[in-house]
Amino acid sequence: MFEYTIFLCVILFFFIFQLFSTHEKMSRKTAVLQQCCPRANFISVEHLRFLQALITWKSVISLLRPLLLDVVPTIQQTAALALGRLAYFNDDLAEAVVKEDILPQLVCSLSEQNRFYKKAAAFVLRAVGKHSPQLAQAIVECGALEALVICLEDFDPGVKEGAAWALGYIARHNSELSQAVVDAGAVPLLVLCIQEPEIALKRIAASTLSDISKHSPELAQTVVDAGAIAYLAQMILNPDAKLKCQVLSALSQIAKHSVDLAELVVEAEIFPVVLTCMKDSDEYVKKNGATLIREIAKHSPELSQFIVNAGGVAAVIDCIGSCKGTVRLPGIMMLGYVAAHSENLSMAVIVSKGIPPLCTCLLEEHEDHIKAAAAWALGQIGRHTPEHARAVAETNVLGTLLSMYMDIRSSEDLQLKAKRALKNILQKCTYLPALEPLLHDAPPNIMKHIVGQFSKVLPHDSKARRLFVTSGGLKKVQEIKAEPGSLLQEYINTINNCYPEEVVRYYSPGYSEMLLERVENYQPVL
Amino acid sequence: MAALVRLETRLSRLREEYFLKNRSVDEDRKIVYKAAVKIQSWFRGCRVRAYLRYLNKMAISIQKWWRGYQSRRYFRKMIKTAYFIMKMNFYNEMAVRIQKRWRGYYVRKYTHNYYALKKYLEAISLNNEIVRNELQEYAEMNEKKKKKKDLEKKEKEKKYKARKMHYLLSTEQIAGIYNSPFRKFPDPMELLLRQSKPLSHRQQQPKSPFTYDLYDWPTCKRPPAFPTGEPLPPIGRQKPQGPFRDAAEVLRQRYKPLEPTLRVAASISSPLEKAREEMKREEWRKCIHDNEFLPFSSYHKNEKYELSIHASEKIGKETYGIKHFREVQPNKWIAGKVSGFLLLKRAWSLRLML
Repeated sequence: MFEYTIFLCVILFFFIFQLFSTHEKMSRKTAVLQQCCPRANFISVEHLRFLQALITWKSVISLLRPLLLDVVPTIQQTAALALGRLAYFNDDLAEAVVKEDILPQLVCSLSEQNRFYKKAAAFVLRAVGKHSPQLAQAIVECGALEALVICLEDFDPGVKEGAAWALGYIARHNSELSQAVVDAGAVPLLVLCIQEPEIALKRIAASTLSDISKHSPELAQTVVDAGAIAYLAQMILNPDAKLKCQVLSALSQIAKHSVDLAELVVEAEIFPVVLTCMKDSDEYVKKNGATLIREIAKHSPELSQFIVNAGGVAAVIDCIGSCKGTVRLPGIMMLGYVAAHSENLSMAVIVSKGIPPLCTCLLEEHEDHIKAAAAWALGQIGRHTPEHARAVAETNVLGTLLSMYMDIRSSEDLQLKAKRALKNILQKCTYLPALEPLLHDAPPNIMKHIVGQFSKVLPHDSKARRLFVTSGGLKKVQEIKAEPGSLLQEYINTINNCYPEEVVRYYSPGYSEMLLERVENYQPVL
Repeated sequence: MAALVRLETRLSRLREEYFLKNRSVDEDRKIVYKAAVKIQSWFRGCRVRAYLRYLNKMAISIQKWWRGYQSRRYFRKMIKTAYFIMKMNFYNEMAVRIQKRWRGYYVRKYTHNYYALKKYLEAISLNNEIVRNELQEYAEMNEKKKKKKDLEKKEKEKKYKARKMHYLLSTEQIAGIYNSPFRKFPDPMELLLRQSKPLSHRQQQPKSPFTYDLYDWPTCKRPPAFPTGEPLPPIGRQKPQGPFRDAAEVLRQRYKPLEPTLRVAASISSPLEKAREEMKREEWRKCIHDNEFLPFSSYHKNEKYELSIHASEKIGKETYGIKHFREVQPNKWIAGKVSGFLLLKRAWSLRLML
C-alpha cells in the first residue's frame, strides 16, 4: 500500500515533467507546483519564480535519491527516469544530480539490475553528460565509463543503445573525454553494435563513433583500427535517411584528419556509392555527403583527381544547384579545394559546368559566410591561367565580386575573400570585354590590376585597341588620377603610348574646355 | 764783295725768311708727318689683317680637318655598334627559333601532352553526363518508390476505415449514406464497403511490457507497468522409457579396452619395405654433401661453351656514335600515355561493378 502511494507520487512527477518539457505557460506550472509542493515560495517576477521552481526541483532530486534504493524495481526505474528527465531539462538540475552523489549509486547498480533499470540509468548519465565538459568529467570520474562499456555488451539492443548514446554525449565535448571513452574499451564494442540489425542502434553507434573520431587523428586511427570503416561504408546503402546522415558524418570525421585516413576511407570503395547520397531527398544527407567528399578532396591532388574521375564533381554541382542555404556550403568548399590543387583539376571543374551554380550562389544567398565561400571557390578556379580566368570572367561575376568588396554591409571575411579572389582572377585575365565594366567603379588597389592587364594586352592587339576606344575605356583611363612614378602611372603611360597623341589628347579630361579657350583667344586674320 | 753786299741786303730779310721757311717747313712737316703716319698705319693694318686672315684660314683648316677626323671616328663607332646590334638581333632570332623548337619538343615529350589533356577533359564531361543520368534515374526511382509507398499506405488506411465502418453499407430497404437514390451510381466508398470484411470483435491482447518500441525507451515517454513475468513451462513432462540395463554393465561395455588381432596390430607395410626405408633414412642422415661424384673423364663435359669475341657480338659496325648518341628513357616520356586516363578507366570499372 505504502509502495503504491510512492509509485503514484512518482507518476505524478512524471506528468509534471511532461508539462515542463512541452514549455507551457508559467501560470500553469505554478499552479501545478502549488498543488504538489505547498512549501514553495513565489515572488511576482517570472525569472525568480522559475529559479525558485528550480530550487524546489533540486530538493525534489534529494527526495528522489532514496527512491533509487527502493525494494520494488519499478519504483527504482521510475525514479531513475524522473532524475533523467530533470537533468535533461536544465544544466543546473544536472549539476544538482551530480552534487547529490547520485551517480556512484547509479553506476553501482548499473551492473546488477535488469535491463529497464540499465536503460533508465544510461538515460540519466546521458542527460547529465550532455550539458558541459565539467559534468561529463564528473561522470567519468565516478567510474561510469566501465559500467557503460559493460552495458554495451548486453543482449538487449535498447540497453546498448542507451549506453552508446551516453558514451556519445560524453565523448562529444573534448578530446580528453573521448580518449577516456576509448581507453575504457568502447570502440570495438561500438563497431559490433554497428553490425546489429536494429536501425536505431546503428544510428546511435555511428553517431558515437563520429563524436569520438572528430577530435584528433589518433582517436580517428583508433576507430579505424577497430575496423569501423568497412561496416560504415556498407551502411551507406541503407535506405534510412538518419542512419545515412550519421554514417556519412562519421566517415567525414575520420577522413578529415590526414591523407592516410582519407585514403583508407576511399579504399573502402565508397565511390561511386556516395554520389547516390547527393541525390537523396533528405537535405542533411546531401550536406553530410558533400562534407565527406570535401574532407577527402582537400588533402591531396591525387585524391581530388580520383574524385573527379569518379564523377564526383558533377554530382556535387547538381547538389549545389538543387539546394538552398547552409546545405550548399560543403559542396561549394569542395569545388574550391578541388580547383585549388592544380590547373587540370580546375579545368575539369570548369568543364563540368561548375561556374554557373557558384555565380547563382553568390547572387542569391543571404548569408555572408556562404557568399564568402563561393567567392573563394571562384578565385581558386580562376587563378591558374588566362583560360581559366576567361572562363570565370565570361559569366560576368567579376562585377558581383567587386560590388561585394565595396559594399559596406558585407562582413570583413566576405570583403577579404572577394578582394583576394578578384585580385587572383584579374592578374591572369586577358578577356577585355569583362574587364571594361570594372574600370568605372573600382577602387585604386583593384584599379591598378585592371589597368595593368589592359597595358599588357593592348600593345599587341589592334582590334582590342579599337574596341577600347569606342567603348569609352580610354576616356575612363585618362580620368584616373595616379601618383607619378607609381605602378598605376606606368601602366597608364603604356596604354597612352599605344595610341597616337591626338587621340589621347582628345580623350583627356578638359579637352573641350581647352578647345573653347583656344577659340576665345584666337585672333582672326582679317 | 758784291755777293756780300747782296747778302747784307738780304740779311735783314734773312731772319724772316729763315723763320718763315722753318715755319712752313715745320707746318709742312706736321702735315707730312701725319700723312706719313696715316699711310703707314693703313699699311700696317693691311699687313696685320692679311696676317689675321691667314691665321684664320689656317685655324679653319686645322679645325676642319680635326672635326672631320672626330666624326669619322664616331661614325665608325656607330657603324660598328649598328653592325653589332644587327648581328645580335640575328643571333637572337635564330636562338629564339632554336629555343622555340626545343621547348616545344621538350614540353610535348616530357611535360605536358595537350591532346591527351583535351581527350581527358572530354572524357570527364562524358563521364559526368553518365553520372548525372544515372543519379537522375536513381532519384526518380526513389521518388517512385516513395510515391508507391504513400499510395499503398493510403489504400491500406482506406480499406481499414471501410472495414471499421462496414455498418454504413446500404441495404435493400435503407440506402446508406454513400448510396443516395439521387445519384446515378453509388459512391466508390460504397463499393469499398461492399468488398470489405467487417472487423472481428476479438479481445485485444494486453500489451506485454516487453514489447516496447526501442525508440520510446531512451526518452522514456511511457512509464513502465508492473512486469508480469513469462508463464512457466507445464509441470507434467514426458517420462523417459524403461526398463534400463544395469549401470555397471553399461559402463563396462562402454569402456572395454581394445584387443586387436595380430593382422590389425601389425603395420601395413611389409618388413622388406620397412628395411628399405630404413636404409634410405640412414643414407640421408649420413650424406655430407650433395654434389654428384663425377669421374674425371666426364668432368669437362659439363663445361659451358664460351663464345669467341667474333661470334658473341652482332655483325656490323658499332652503332653508338654513328646511329645514336644519347641514352633514351622511355618511361619518362609522356607522349602516348596519360596518368589521368588510367584512373578514369579504373573509375569506369568501378561503375560497372555498381
